[in-house]
Formats: sequence, structure tokens, C-alpha cells
Amino acid sequence: MNDIVNLTRRSFLKGSAGLAGALVLGFHLSERAWGQDEIPGKVELNAFLTIAADGAITVYVKHSEMGQGILTSIPMLIAEEMDADWSKVSALPGDARAEFAHTEWGIQATGGSSSTRSSYEQMRKVGATAKAMLLQAAAARSKLGVDQLRSENGAVIGPEAGQRWSYGELAADAAKLAPPEAVALKERKAFKLIGTAQHRLDGREKVTGTAGFGVDVKLPGLLSARVLHAPMFGASVKKFDAKRAMAIKGVRHVVQIPSGIAVVGDHWWAAKQGVDALDVEWELGAAAEFSSESQRKEMDALLAGDGASAKAVGDTVAALKAAKHPIEAEFDFPYLSHAPLEPMNATADVREDGVTVWAPTQFQTFDQMAAAKVAGVTQDKVVLHTTLLGGGFGRRANPASDFVSEAVAISKAVKAPVKLIWSREDDIKGGYYRPRTRVSASLALDGDGKPSALRVKVASQSIMAGTPFAGDLEKTGIDPTQVEGLDNWPYATPNLAVSYHRVKAAVPVLWWRSVGHTFSAYVKEMLIDEAATRAKADPIDYRIGLLGEHPRQVALLKKLKEASGWGKAGAGRHQGVAIHESFGTLVGEVVEITLKGKQLTLHKLTAVVDCGSVVNPDTVKAQIMGGSLMGLSAALGEAVTFKDGKVVQGNFDTYPILRFSQAPAVEVHILESGAAMGGVGEPGTPPAAPALANAIAKASGKRLYTLPLDLASLES
Amino acid sequence: MKLDINGQTHEVDAADDMPLLWALRDVLGLTGTKFGCGGGHCGVCTVHIDGVATRSCVLPIVALAGKKITTIEGLARGKTLHVVQQAWLDLDVVQCGYCQSGQIMTASALLASNPKPSDAQIDTAMEGNLCRCATYPRIRAAIHAAADKLGS
Repeated sequence: MNDIVNLTRRSFLKGSAGLAGALVLGFHLSERAWGQDEIPGKVELNAFLTIAADGAITVYVKHSEMGQGILTSIPMLIAEEMDADWSKVSALPGDARAEFAHTEWGIQATGGSSSTRSSYEQMRKVGATAKAMLLQAAAARSKLGVDQLRSENGAVIGPEAGQRWSYGELAADAAKLAPPEAVALKERKAFKLIGTAQHRLDGREKVTGTAGFGVDVKLPGLLSARVLHAPMFGASVKKFDAKRAMAIKGVRHVVQIPSGIAVVGDHWWAAKQGVDALDVEWELGAAAEFSSESQRKEMDALLAGDGASAKAVGDTVAALKAAKHPIEAEFDFPYLSHAPLEPMNATADVREDGVTVWAPTQFQTFDQMAAAKVAGVTQDKVVLHTTLLGGGFGRRANPASDFVSEAVAISKAVKAPVKLIWSREDDIKGGYYRPRTRVSASLALDGDGKPSALRVKVASQSIMAGTPFAGDLEKTGIDPTQVEGLDNWPYATPNLAVSYHRVKAAVPVLWWRSVGHTFSAYVKEMLIDEAATRAKADPIDYRIGLLGEHPRQVALLKKLKEASGWGKAGAGRHQGVAIHESFGTLVGEVVEITLKGKQLTLHKLTAVVDCGSVVNPDTVKAQIMGGSLMGLSAALGEAVTFKDGKVVQGNFDTYPILRFSQAPAVEVHILESGAAMGGVGEPGTPPAAPALANAIAKASGKRLYTLPLDLASLES
Repeated sequence: MKLDINGQTHEVDAADDMPLLWALRDVLGLTGTKFGCGGGHCGVCTVHIDGVATRSCVLPIVALAGKKITTIEGLARGKTLHVVQQAWLDLDVVQCGYCQSGQIMTASALLASNPKPSDAQIDTAMEGNLCRCATYPRIRAAIHAAADKLGS
């Protein structure tokens, strides 16, 4: 690693956290992770991009690529303002670097469907600044004024015929210049790239098997490891015998680390077999008494109380007391595993002079801090390379840095570079789930069939508690992620009460694609759909009638009605609808099904998305498609359950995720309202399950308030 | 033992019961074939054995003497992509991309045996290949597009 950075230059983008957006000038020659060699002498115009002499532009993308297409969208923002030749732009994942901090959070991170919108202006400024420096370099070379020059398709053009200097030939001069204090950004109508569908920049590597994921890291002398974790959360190692494991061909080391026992070998097959051969006695404590059933009782006891008030309008208690036959619903949502197809993994090399980590991570800064702590060095001694992520969905944004900490601990213990890979069972049983959630709801309707009072009680573990994001949670008793989507109930309702009832358990929990909206959309959209049924109203028209204060939602529902062929389902088919706002984006979905007894067929899902404005429409469509299908996947079969303290599920035979034949045809329509830009990675997920459940209710007359859907119960 | 992989003979020094997946990845450095479940449930480790789509994570190398093994690295002809890979690019099928080596190996084996598959036949062939990003609708469209190209 040869990293010569000229830090004397002023940083010209001032981020809110003081870290964000600083452009470091200088020459940056670095070894890439997984053998992608830099072109020597390539000029780094700033931390975010380099320009080679042939004009090839490489963008270092500060957000992690986990499928959402950020490795294409961020380069589009830069190339747009730079007037770059798009065919010469490529992208690489950015390593952990202070300049790569999230513009709002101050740490380097990818999550909250925020990558594009949070860096939209910053990355455009990066492009505009690079362009200004290239123009200035051309002016110096040609002795012309900058105002006589213009930029176009990767070159600076002068007033006379033949006056053309490519960005490649100007780059070395430009890199020596001070960046301008301020740059003007293009008007939206001048965009040539932003708003147009562009192919993914990481496509070719991903269809040829050459893309570098975390598990693909190759290093000289690299060993492979697997860790045996305790069979129950809260249990620990009492004693162990490594003899049988050490006898396996290829096993080199067996070491105890804080989270379990690691077996290290020449290849992962040896490590895997070694773990299977370990003899361990565990200290179980009270862990074995925990089960899904015991937890249900605990949660119901909490729901019988008042909880912490997250939202209170009017007098809900009195209004419900006065109401005749309110809708009463008890919802139950299971723990969910993210189950990305690339299992958790990280590679670490702990040496005397520092630590190098390669990780498929959404949380570079926290992982860097954790690696430093485990290795016993300062954070500046930790180099962290971001690989591609074989799916993230929130699991790789762990404030506890579990898999990185393990890899570092093992490398430190065996004094060699180590690649840790979890087995699928280690992943499914390894925690950091979407919390199990029970919700108790009462919705009263007035004489006209309109909502008069709603009370919603949410019981779940807190995701934020104990993390740097906890805020004043311990004081208020409220985890905002567990009431989101309910505390802003959009349907006109004069009396409203939302309360949070915090559950304590040893099970580690985490954000799972769309976080609290995974269940709050289901609660909200099932309740309002049942209200429409009782009011004998069309479900879409009924919603529109209650959304007077939300014109964007009304416009979206009208578009959805038309796009989905609402009310025109084929013979024997049924449609269900749901709409939900999350991460600044509105998505409405209609699911069309056939239901014969318990035999369910999903024909089509139509989605309309309003994310304000769009960078790459093809990415938006792909994310809404994938997000909505992941919502259906959870509804149809996913659950992590506990018996005698242990997770019951282990692999995809017992934790079924959506399969090919189950997926309906998907049609996504984009409604560009011009509102502030929202996210797209997560908002497709929340409406899918309630749209499906509402279609099932239409077909069967039964509302299924427990997920995953128990289709067998429809036959009784 | 000797393994015939992508038209080349490789000498592999490993225990007979080592699954092909780990021989490919950790002994030979062919990391395009992925590890997903270790139990034949997810299909991300799919390779061709004598042209048939096969899960490499549950296939001991001892069973492979004299067989022709093709991995994702051996699918393209030089810089010319296989028609299935090209269809994947044209339709921007991939998201995270981790399962796509396996998806492409299964789809290419399907088209080799059935150049014009129906939707139901695609369902059957692809059912064992999981995609957590749920790119399934685009995979279906890309298989049809590749079939059209093969037929034209």
C-alpha cells in the first residue's frame, strides 16, 4: 500500500459531520482487494475518482454495493456533472475512508435506503468540481479563458476547430490545481444521464463469475475458518476438547474466541469438518427455558399494560368504550433471518504493524473501530477494504460488528491471515433477526363507516437499545423503529393512540429490509381494508376518502387503480391492495391471486412508486420488484422460532425463502411527483404482504393476522 | 486426483470426500462458483457435469474421475459471452449477483437440452436456484430472450 495524500489542500465540500465530503488530492496508488490491480500512475483527482491517461474514469463508490445498484447510480451523478464519456466510466467499492462518511450520519455506512438521496448533491459537486479543474487545466494549457471553453463527452472544447483536449490528457495538470471554492450544478432540464435507464456497471463481472465478494478474497498464506457458536443465545463455553477436530486433515488450529470456538484450516472444508468434530460442554444458564410459546405469554402480559405512548390524539379510550363492535385484531410477526445468499464472512490479517480487513459490510466505520479494539491497536492502524456484498438487507450493518470482530480475533490468535465463513446454519441460527413482534389493535368506525378511534399496541425487542443510535430511548421507553409507519397513521381518525411495549430477550435483533415497516404496513393496511369491507366500500376508494391531507397518496392510488386493472381481475381471480410510505417514498401495490382451498397462486403484482425524483429508472424498478417479492417471501413462509432455547430452523429446507415458481409477474410504474428524493431499496417491501393478505381476505372472507400466512387455516 | 475442468486437466491434492465446490474454490482458486448452503438447497454452487446442471457443494470429487466439469469461468468463449450471459446483461438481471453464477449455469444447461422451454419448464428447471434479491421475473425474461436468440 503506497498512499501519498496531499492533505494541505483545503477541502471544499463541507459536510455536516466535518468528515463528509472532503476531497483529498494527491496520488493514491493502492493494492486492490481481491487482486484488482490499479493502473500505476493513474491520477486521483480526489478521493472519489481517478482519471487515467486514456481517459478512463474510475469512481470509488463510498456506499456498499449489495445489489441495489449504487455502483452505477453514484458514477451517474458524478459523470453527469463532469460531462464525462459514460462509456469510459467504471466503478469500484470504496474502502473505509474518512472522506466517505455518510453525509447525514458522519460514519461510513449504507442503509436506510439513503445512499443515493444522501449523496445526490455531494456526488454531483464532486463531478462539477472535477469538471471545473479540468476546464482550468485546459485554460492554462491553451492560454484561453475558462469562459471560452466548454466541456462535452469527456473532453474540453475550445472556440476554434480542432481545439479539443481529452480529460485523460488534462488529468495530471488538473490534479495539481486547487479546487474551486464553489461550483454551479446543472439544472434538472440539462441532465443527459440522470433520469435515464443505464445498464449496471457491475453486470459483466457478475455474469462471468469474476466479481469479488467477501468469500472470494485471495491472499498468500490465507487460512480458512469457521466458528462454533453456542447453541442458545446467552449460553457460553464451559470446556471443550479439540482432539478430534485437530485430527482432521487440513485443520491447523483450534482457538477459543469471545463468541465461540474457531477451527482454522488450509481450506474451509477442513474448518467445517473440524467444527463438526468439536467436543464442547456448554454453560446454558436459563437459556434453555426460552421458547416462542414462553415469549408469546410474556409479550401478551406486556400488551395488557399501558406501554409507552408514542402517539396520542383525542381520547381514544373513551371513543373505543363508546364504540359498537370495533375491529379487534391480534397480530403476530415472527423473528426473520435476512438470509443473504453469501453467508456472513470477513477476512482479517492482524500483524505487528497493523490490521487489514476485507469485508462485505454496510458499516465500514463501526467495523474498523471494532477491528481496532479486538486487535488492540488504534483505528488508524486498521485498513478496511470493502468487497461486493452478496446481499445485505440490513444484516451487514451491525453496530456489534460480529463477523468482523470474529475474523480479527481469530487472525490475532493464529498470527496469520484468516478468512472466516459461516455455514448457512451458523447464519440462520446466528441471530440479529427482525424482532418478533406482537401487535394488539382496536379500530372503531362511526355511523358512516369511517374510523373514529384507533388504538395500536406494539410489543417487540428494541433494535436501537444498546447501540450508538439509542438516543433517549432508555428515558422515553420508545424505539422509533418499532412504531414507524403507525405513529404517522395517515387515514383521517379523530382519536388515535399508539404505544410501545418493550420486550427483553437474549435474542440479538437488527434491521431487516424496511425495519419496523415490515410489520407496521401489515397492521395499518389490514385494518383499513377490514374497515372498507365493513363499510361496504371499494378498498381503494375508501382509502382515498380518508387521505384528504395526503394528496401524494391519493394521486398514487389513482394511478395504481388504473395501472393494475383494479376491479378487472380475470375469472376466479382476486385482487388486494396496500399502500405505505417509508424512507421518504410511497409505494402502492396490487396483488392478484387465485385461491382454491389452501392452494394459492400469485399471478401478478403491480406496483406504483413515487420516490420524488429518479436517477436510474431501471434500478428503481429492480429494487421495487425485489423489495416487494422479499415481502411476499416473508409472508409466505419465513419464520425463526425457538424450542427449548434453540433456534428450530437451520437451512433453506426449514427456512424457506421465495422460490422461482412462487414469484408472480411484476410490473413497476414510476410516478415522478417531484417531491424530495426518497429511497428505493426498502419501500417496495412493506405493502407486499398486506396486499397479498387483503387479496386472500377478498377470496376467502378470512383475515390472517399472523405471519407467515397459515393457508391451511383457510380450509377449516 | 485429476479433474477435467473447463477443458483443462487439473491435479487436485485433496481428500476424496472433499466436495467439488471446495476443490474449485479453495484448492484451485476458481471462486466464480459460490457457497450458499452446503446442502444442495440453494443452487448457487451449480456447475455442469457432462453438461448436466449439478450442485457442487454435495458432490465429492472422488465421483468425478473422467467427467467433464464446466464452471461459470468456462462458459464464455474468450471475450464472447454465452448467449445466456449476454441476455442477463441485456436485461440487467443481476442485483447483488451472488447467486447468478448458479442461475446462469442452470439456465444454460436447460437451454442446451431444451432450446425453447415453456414457462412451466422454466419453473421446473429453475426451482432449485434461490435468489434472495428475487430477480426471478427478469431471469425468466432473460431465458426467453436467450431462447429467442438461439432460435433465430
